[in-house]
Amino acid sequence: MNELQALYQEVILDHNKSPRNFRVMPDATNVVDGYNPLCGDHYTIYLKLEGDTVKEVSFQGSGCAISKASASLMSTVMKGKTRSEAEALFQQFHQLVTGELDQKTNPEDLGRLAAFSGVSEFPARVKCAILAWHTVHSALQGKTDSVSTE
Amino acid sequence: MSKAKRSFGVDEIRKDFPVLNTTVNGHPLVYLDNAATSQKPRVVIDALSDYYLEYNSNIHRGVHYLSQKATDAYEDSRLKIRQFINAERSEEIVFVRGATEAINLVAQTFGRTNLQSGDEVLLTALEHHSNIVPWQMICEERGAQLRVVPMQENGDLILEEYRRLLTKRTKIVAVTHVSNALGTINPVKEMISLAHERGVPVLVDGAQAVPHMTVDMRELGCDFYVFSGHKMYGPTGVGILYGKKTLLESMPPYQGGGDMIKSVSFEKTIFNDLPQKFEAGTPNISGGIALGVAVDYLNSLDRGSIQEYESSILDYASSQLSSIRGLEIVGKSKNKASVLSFVLDGVHPHDIGTILDSEGIAIRTGHHCAQPIMTRLGISATARASFAMYNTQKEVDALVHGIYKVIEVFGS
Repeated sequence: MNELQALYQEVILDHNKSPRNFRVMPDATNVVDGYNPLCGDHYTIYLKLEGDTVKEVSFQGSGCAISKASASLMSTVMKGKTRSEAEALFQQFHQLVTGELDQKTNPEDLGRLAAFSGVSEFPARVKCAILAWHTVHSALQGKTDSVSTE
Repeated sequence: MSKAKRSFGVDEIRKDFPVLNTTVNGHPLVYLDNAATSQKPRVVIDALSDYYLEYNSNIHRGVHYLSQKATDAYEDSRLKIRQFINAERSEEIVFVRGATEAINLVAQTFGRTNLQSGDEVLLTALEHHSNIVPWQMICEERGAQLRVVPMQENGDLILEEYRRLLTKRTKIVAVTHVSNALGTINPVKEMISLAHERGVPVLVDGAQAVPHMTVDMRELGCDFYVFSGHKMYGPTGVGILYGKKTLLESMPPYQGGGDMIKSVSFEKTIFNDLPQKFEAGTPNISGGIALGVAVDYLNSLDRGSIQEYESSILDYASSQLSSIRGLEIVGKSKNKASVLSFVLDGVHPHDIGTILDSEGIAIRTGHHCAQPIMTRLGISATARASFAMYNTQKEVDALVHGIYKVIEVFGS
């Protein structure tokens, strides 16, 4: 029960119900699709890069609560980050959800993302949590192919 | 010949299945994922370990005692299965890995021999991927076309379309007996008759049927029938292809190797007779033997009572679930096996499944290897509860309680 509470806590439920930055971005510099066909999570991530800075992230699509909340939170924390900061965040989030996070990591960076620490207890749902992240990561590298975490 | 059947009582039956005593996340296991795989009675588990403990040996052509014992047990199993499905001959029973391999076997051998450019293979919208992809693969190779009988919203096939789609070019019909995603029981006997009027053979995928009902090859008249052991209280890694003798004889071998030959030289190899022609290499011996024990176990029960019981559980579950606000049952055919797919407003099936799992309830979520059905119904996934003869009304109540918990967590 505690583990479930840890997974479906307020932050995640809130971001699932009212996803932030949930819109198309007509002037995006990078657009990449993330799709896990076996479970049906499907998102389009829009990125506006200006020089080395992530100006804006938005997304569209549908899927389970974990995947949608993750995309929503990702879109809020990525805004204003430089490429290298974004890369570091991506690595940290990946470690967080797979239970491999270094204890010395700066908690400030994680902030709201710590809500996803519970995912590590549910290995089957890790791919849901990381889909949007792998997709934006791909976009940051200028790739355009569809991404899957299955 | 027939022993007195055990009168069916679910509490008694449950004692035969050791795993049902497990707890999951602090709750008693409520196993509602039987369409994915069934649990096994102790006699089947014992048959597997007895084989390895007492008489493990390679079968066929050994001259020592263990080999003879293993061969007898394996071939006895084949005879039991012949009787179980009322096939005419034991040569018509081919041991394979499962329904999927059986369909691949037919598609690759019958298909390769009989499909020419422009010919048609007729499937239905309700098929599991295992009764779609093998046909797609052989059609592409042979330049043949796949045609599909459409379905109604409620999960019934549109039979008028079936009649229309049976053309002069149709070389085989492949249809599921019971839909694993929606539970629909197809009118296969009628479909077989219609196909036979036009001289078209029919393969029936019985994977989801054999656990729930008696199947009779001679009554159905189908040309091929396939099923998997693990869905009918038997082990994984073993299944059956039934095929009419004349058809099987006309088909080239599937896999080459030991056992499926009479003699081998580098100049010429002579293939074996049925059924060995299609059984290359050392098979899943323990699995084959244990499958026969699963057949014995089912035969010892009153299958009519089981069918009635499962039907009552399905009815109870359907009425309980349909009274939950925001829940919609997917698959509402009047003729269903005990499979219950559903969606819940505002909650993705994966989230339903994870929360139910925290209560010890095992269901399956996703597209159930039936993506065409999902696409046709405009959804990406469902949550699926599938009932076996050991599930109880109390377990249905637990499911309902679990779904209310999901609704509570999501605050809708």
